[in-house]
Order: sequence, then structure tokens, then C-alpha cells
Amino acid sequence: MAEINQSKIRNFCIIAHIDHGKSTLADRIIEMTGLLTSREMQSQVLDNMELERERGITIKAQTVRIVYKARNGEEYIFNLIDTPGHVDFNYEVSRSLAACDGAILVVDAAQGVEAQTLANVYLALDHDLDVMPVINKVDLPSAEPERVIEEIEDIIGIEAQDAPRISAKTGLNVEEVLEQIIEKIPAPEGDAKAPLKALIFDSVYDSYKGVIVFCRIKEGAIRKGTPILMMATGAKAEVVEVGYFGAGQFIPCEELSAGMVGYITASIKNVKDTRVGDTITNAQSPCREPLPGYKKVNPMVYCGMYPADGAKYPDLRDALEKLQLNDASLQFEPETSVALGFGYRCGFLGLLHLEIIQERLEREYNLDLVTTAPGVVYKVYKTNGEVIELTNPSNLPDPSEIEYMEEPIVKAEIMVTSEYIGAIMDLCQERRGIYEGMEYMEETRAVLHYRLPLNEIIYDFFDALKSRSRGYASFDYELDGYMQSELVKLDILINKEEVDALSFIVHAQTAYERGRKMCEKLKEEIPRHLFEIPIQAAIGSKIIARETVRAMRKDVLAKCYGGDITRKKKLLEKQKEGKKRMRQVGNVEIPQKAFMSVLKLDDKK
Amino acid sequence: MRPLEIYVHIPFCIKKCSYCDFLSAPAGRQEQQEYVESLCGQIRSYGETAKAYRVISIFIGGGTPSILEGEQIAQIFLALREVFFIEEDAEITIEMNPGTVTQDKLKVYRDVKINRLSIGLQSADNRELKVLGRIHTFEDFLDTYRMSREAGFENINIDLMSAVPGQTAESYAATLHRTAGLAPEHISAYSLIIEEGTPFYEVYGEGPSPKVKETETGGFLAYPELPDEDTERQMYYDTKRILAEYGYFRYEISNYAKAGYECRHNIGYWNRTEYLGFGDGAASFIDHRRWTAGQEPEKLSREDEMEEYMFLGLRIIKGVSKTGFEKEFGVPVERVYQKVLADMESRQLLEQEGDFIRLTDRGIDVSNYVMSGFLL
Repeated sequence: MAEINQSKIRNFCIIAHIDHGKSTLADRIIEMTGLLTSREMQSQVLDNMELERERGITIKAQTVRIVYKARNGEEYIFNLIDTPGHVDFNYEVSRSLAACDGAILVVDAAQGVEAQTLANVYLALDHDLDVMPVINKVDLPSAEPERVIEEIEDIIGIEAQDAPRISAKTGLNVEEVLEQIIEKIPAPEGDAKAPLKALIFDSVYDSYKGVIVFCRIKEGAIRKGTPILMMATGAKAEVVEVGYFGAGQFIPCEELSAGMVGYITASIKNVKDTRVGDTITNAQSPCREPLPGYKKVNPMVYCGMYPADGAKYPDLRDALEKLQLNDASLQFEPETSVALGFGYRCGFLGLLHLEIIQERLEREYNLDLVTTAPGVVYKVYKTNGEVIELTNPSNLPDPSEIEYMEEPIVKAEIMVTSEYIGAIMDLCQERRGIYEGMEYMEETRAVLHYRLPLNEIIYDFFDALKSRSRGYASFDYELDGYMQSELVKLDILINKEEVDALSFIVHAQTAYERGRKMCEKLKEEIPRHLFEIPIQAAIGSKIIARETVRAMRKDVLAKCYGGDITRKKKLLEKQKEGKKRMRQVGNVEIPQKAFMSVLKLDDKK
Repeated sequence: MRPLEIYVHIPFCIKKCSYCDFLSAPAGRQEQQEYVESLCGQIRSYGETAKAYRVISIFIGGGTPSILEGEQIAQIFLALREVFFIEEDAEITIEMNPGTVTQDKLKVYRDVKINRLSIGLQSADNRELKVLGRIHTFEDFLDTYRMSREAGFENINIDLMSAVPGQTAESYAATLHRTAGLAPEHISAYSLIIEEGTPFYEVYGEGPSPKVKETETGGFLAYPELPDEDTERQMYYDTKRILAEYGYFRYEISNYAKAGYECRHNIGYWNRTEYLGFGDGAASFIDHRRWTAGQEPEKLSREDEMEEYMFLGLRIIKGVSKTGFEKEFGVPVERVYQKVLADMESRQLLEQEGDFIRLTDRGIDVSNYVMSGFLL
């Protein structure tokens, strides 16, 4: 392969608020550079997980190499690194950005700048990336490109007058974007003769090749046979293959050198050895110090996952292990529940991450799951000086042994149009938010700054935010330490028996309210039995709320003719099937969905 | 020759009732005649099958079979007798609604050896009849009933309905007294079920609150409330108690008779006697196969048959016979159903007496729950 001139390479990513058209633009660029004919083109090439395409979001970073023949006659190599778009995956975004030299900022010509637009731009600027704005969806009737350009200049403070006004959907002006990439995004730098220094920005597991590491070569070069060292984990291996990214496939090549983006495979069996953000160097002639920025990502949200059919416990373990190979941020360890049997306590980056893993387990591994209420990691300071990181409410020590507790806090930025400021402030107030300030972006829009307890936003905060602002509010957050808080464990008793899987930690102030709503919700979810079932919420031995599921008076088919026998049997079968989806706690059958649906307690719709 | 029951479906009525989800609709004369001829054709096509059987009961149901002309009924019986061997003492029933029969029709029924009439009264309260969308009054019924007795019918059933919108325990008790006072041989007392696809479902499908509905003429009709669950059960208990005073005993979940007048046709369904159904939507059960007219027969497995033996048999108050089960399947019922039997008995939903396993009173209230336990 001919030597590639660094000045002909551009490494960039596309950043945008959700739905502003990031993936569509990526698709169009790939299509226009002829990597795929439009016939081969499946919509949103980069979102290749079924789930990603369905939800229209990017979960895993994807990368593709494109050759573009510019108007000046020269050929350029573009490495487009797609980044996940959700706050849950902030760390992954930050690592992907570190692999780039510039970023295309896509802003919707109708919606303008949103909270995630800002968050992503700041992140890009933190990584010293040159940001190149693009105004998308100019074909919409409600498009106001001039206003949006002003907004970008005022709010973000970057030059935007010559931003291409495009429609990624129709392909309008996309070529202009390609030309500007060459002009505005700097070519990579770095000495190909220096000791190897490469940044890991993602990894996937392939059952044939083992772990495939995605990396950006900052300095030096890497080729088949290079002995490598991961500087943070200390793992060593020998390179088996290097290459770059075609559309949806890996194309091997001789060598990757400074400035290039590509993949390596080595005899690495465990994704844990190749942490995103780590630096790869040559084991024999290592570089002096690693690239900055590596940090271990810790799960923020935990919940219990149980197979609906107890016999599927080993299958669940296999499935979690396989998913973990692709997703090092997923953590799990075995746990047991009196109500649900054997399962796993799993840790996630956020609620979306949780939902995605849950859906992948159900779809790709065909598992029927019962999931318990998600919780955060509390710090329990015991009277004997010990500190416990509590991920499962059931493990909370006796109150007499607890000195005090702390809960995780996030710093939240909420962008909202002025008419909904009041409603959103009420919501934050209800969720124990501490107001930190507000800035007007322009006359009609403001950014609210709040410190909020993480456990108040993991359930339905996002839904509540959307419904109370008619979809106009957007939201971003980052973890901001721990704060002492008056927390209690709320237990739920069904027919006088405590159901461990329904216990959760809650602030003392809101315990009564939550207990009451929880009982009401469970009353709706639990079908009537032949006997009366009390549902109680309790803190310790004190009952704070109660509801009753009345006994079933009758369940009888009065009228029944010969011709109805098949119908009658179907009815009985349905009844029997229904029972299978229940969890037996004592002599009460609880529907599986009751364990999860109790989360949606916000009733101001 | 094996015993066989025959069901003939007549899907016509003068006006559809508000609660009815049966296959039935008003139709013109021409359409009715074509239907009767097609029925006779179906019956005649069973010549071969018929040879293995002796018919022990016939039931002409609907719809309202009594809206057919006398000759049409005669035509149907001509076909039946041509093809099937019908036992001398076979129970032969026709369903009828007040106001649709004449002396002439009753005479034809006698001639074709119909020996049992089933009259749809539903309620002795004219307001309730109106709510149900019935086309007759209680007085119309009395005329029909008297006429039937005069024509010589000695086995008459009256259909009643409880849990009717606006009905109270008192008004229902009054209906029971008035009906039993006439001394019919048999009373069927069903609890109203709000079925999907009926006008009632639109009003009551979502719960028991009173509803207002726009009528076709642009006015508004206020629908009375459905009795609550406790009242509904009270009505069920009252049925047994009040009818017992008049000498009726409950032999099936919703059926009451004077001694010796249990409906043999109905019992046949629960005892899994073979039957053939003719007409639209009619079901048949022959040679371990079940089917509905126009559909593929479903072959029953041994397990299916065990399940049916139990959940159908339990509709009979006397219960299911343990020796009967062992005789049919070659295995004691306790071996197949040990767990569910023990469970249901310990919760007093089932009880055993001699050779029989039967529902307790509480078991009847929640019989679907109990029966679903017998699915394998």
C-alpha cells in the first residue's frame, strides 16, 4: 500500500442533539463518496444494531473510512467516527472525540441549539477540536436557518455565517459539507517514527477474531506482529491484524501510522483488558507517558435482573457475559431474592443503558426478564466507622448501625422555552433539586442550572420533563459527587409478607407520598385473588400506607352451550397462561410487570 | 349403535337483543327458505355417518327458531328422520320467543314429535325486558305459555336472566316467584355476561357506571346501572333458595329442574356424548374430533379429553365420576390430578362424595379458576 500522506487525512465526528439528523448526514456522506451505492445503502448504516435503528439512536460508537475526491482533484481519506448521542454515554462520547481532530456540529434549522448541542460542543472544545457548524433540515417549512446561525454565534460563540445549509434527507448541499471538511478540519499531526502511542476509543467482541480494538494512532506505527502493552490495564499481546473500517466491515491493511484511525486484533479474549481511553504502546519500546484522559467508568444505576423462568438462570449469565464482551461498562454479580429467586444485580451507566441491555437480553437472547426498581449507589457510613457502597436496598444495615447516609448528586442543565420555566422549576423542586441559577440564551429560551439527587432523575424524570414542557425542554447532566441526605428504606408488604424485590431507598420527606402511590399502583397491577390481599408500605415496623385488593367474588361462565366448548377452553387456557407470568410470593401471585411499572409514579400528565 | 345428539341452528330473529352475541340476525322470507333448504342438504349428506348412531336428543336453537313457518320446521324434521334413527323417547326441544308462535305452529311441533319447549322470558319485569331489548312483555309471555300448555306440551323450560341493568335483588326474586308459580318443568337462570360486540358492551364494557347513549333518533337514553358483584352473587344464591321452595333442584351451574326433567341434551354436552350440529356456526363432536361448521376438525388428544372430562363434567352439580374417568382413560383420576385435587379441596373449592368430585358453593362462584387448574 502506498504511503498515505498525513495532510490527506481528516479525522472527524459528527455531534448533534438527538434527532437533529446526525445519522442521516453520516449516511449521506457515505453514500455520496461512493463507498456504497444507494442500492446497497440501508438507512442509517452506522447504527447497525437493530435496536439502534429502531429507536433512532446511536448506542455504540461506529467508525467508517471514506475516500473523497475533492474539487481540487486530490483524493482525501475521511475517518468518520460516529458518537453515541445520549447523556448516559458521555464517557464514550468523550473518548470518541479524543480520536478526532475536528467535529461537524449539526443543528436543526427549526429547533435551533439544544442542551445536548451545547454539552457536546463544550465537550468537543475541551478536546481542542475545531467545530464546523452545519445547518440541517432547511427543507422543513418551519426552518429558520438565519435565526439558527445567529443563535450558534450568540450562544456557542463560533463563526457560522458560511455554515452549509443542507438537507441531509434530500442530499441538498451535502457536497459543500465535504469540501468544508477539507478546508476547516485540520489534518492530523504526529511523528510516525516516534514510539507507538495509540488511543483506544472503542472495542467490540467478535467470536472469530476475539476483541477488536478501535484506535487512533497518535504517534508511531503499528503492524502485524507488534508486541503491544495497554498502559492502564497492563495487558500485553501481539498484534494479529491491523486494518481500517469499510462500511460495516473490517478491511485489513499493512500498517497503521500516526494520524490514522483503524482497528487492531490481537490474542485478547477479554474486553476488560482493553478499556476505552487506555493507551496502547509498543511493549518493547514504550512511549514515556500515556495519553491523558483514561478513567474507569463506574455504573451509576443498579437493578436486579431475574429470569422469569428460574431454570433460565444459567442462560441469563451467559447472555450477560456475552453482552459484557461488547460493553465493558455493564457490570453484574449474582444475587438472590426471596420473591424472585436467583438473578443478578446489574450496574449501568444510566436508565437508557439499562433499558437497552434489558431489551437486548429479551430480543437477542430470547429471555423473559423480571427487573426490579433501579436504584443508585448510596454510601452508608456505619457507626463502627465502616463505609458501605450500597447497590441493593436489601443489604441496608439495621438503622441502629447507621451513622448517616450519602446519595449521589448530579449537576443538571435544562434548556427550556420561557413559558415552561415555571413548570420545570416546580418539577425540579418536587425532585429535591437545588436551584443554582438561570441564564437566558435569548428572549424566549433559558438554561436552568440545578443540583439534583440522582435517584430522583433515574426513574421518570425525563418523561416528566417532556410532558410538562410539551416536549420543549432538553436536559443534560453529569455526576457531581455525594451529599449527606436523610434516606430511609421503604418496604412493601403484600398479604403481610415483605417482598424484598420491591424495597427501595427514598428520601424521608417523600417516603409517605411514594409509599402511598406505590400501594395504589400495586393495587391496580395485582389481580384479584380468592382472598383479600392487603398491600402495605412500611418504614421499619411502621406502616405508612395501605391498600386492599378485594377478594374475587365470582369467576364463572353462567351461560355455556355445546358450541362454546372450544371457546371455553380458550378462556381457561388464557387464565392458566396468565398465571405463568406471575411470581408467587407467599400465596399471592404478582404479575412480573408490577415489579417495573411501579416506577412510573408521576401522575401530573 | 352409539348415542348421538343433534343440534340445529336457526340464525334468525325479529330483532337482535342488546346482550346477544349469538349468530343471529333478522332476515327476509326468501333468505330463510334458502337456509332451511341448505340445512336439509347438510343433514342428508350425513347418511353414512348416521348408520353408526341412534339419536337420543334433538335441539332446535337460535336465534328464534319459532319465527320459521310450521312447514319449514316440518321440512327439517323430514330430512332428519330420513337420515337418522331417532329413538322413540328422544328429547326433542325447540327454542321460542313470546309472540312468535301460533296455535298452528304448535300443532306442527306436536306432529313432528317435538316434546319440549324452551321459552325465552328473561324477566317478569317489563322495564327490564325493555332494557334488554326484548320485543315482548311479560303478558305476551303468559299468552304464549298458556297456548303451549293448551297445545299439550308437558315439558317446558323458561329462560331467566339475572344481573340485568337496573335489576334489584327484589325485582329478580319477584321474577323467580312469578315464573316458578307457573310450574314449568325446567328453569334456566343465567347471569348476564356483557359480551364484546353487543350494544351492551358499548355501554357497560368498561365498568358498571350508568351511561347515556345517543339513540338513532337523536334522543338520549339513560342506561341503568348493572347490579354490583355482591348483588349479582346474592341473586345467584337466591335462585337456588327460592326455586327449591317450588320443588326445583339445581343440577347444573345455571339449570334447575323438577325431578326427572333435567335437560338431557344439555347434560349430554357435559358428559361428552357425541353430537352433530347443523347450520351456521354449529359445533360438532364426533369420533374424538371437534369442529365448527365450515372449519377444520380438531383431533383431541388423550390429554385434551382428560381436561374436557374434568372441566365440562364439573358443570354438573353432582360432579364427575371417578370410576367413569378410570374407565375411559385407564388411569385413576387421582394419579393425573393429585396436586390440583388436593389443593382445591384444601381451599374448599372442591369436595368429594362417594364416587363423585364436585364444586362446592364457593367453587361454583369461581368455577373458571377451579376448572383452569385441570388443564394439563
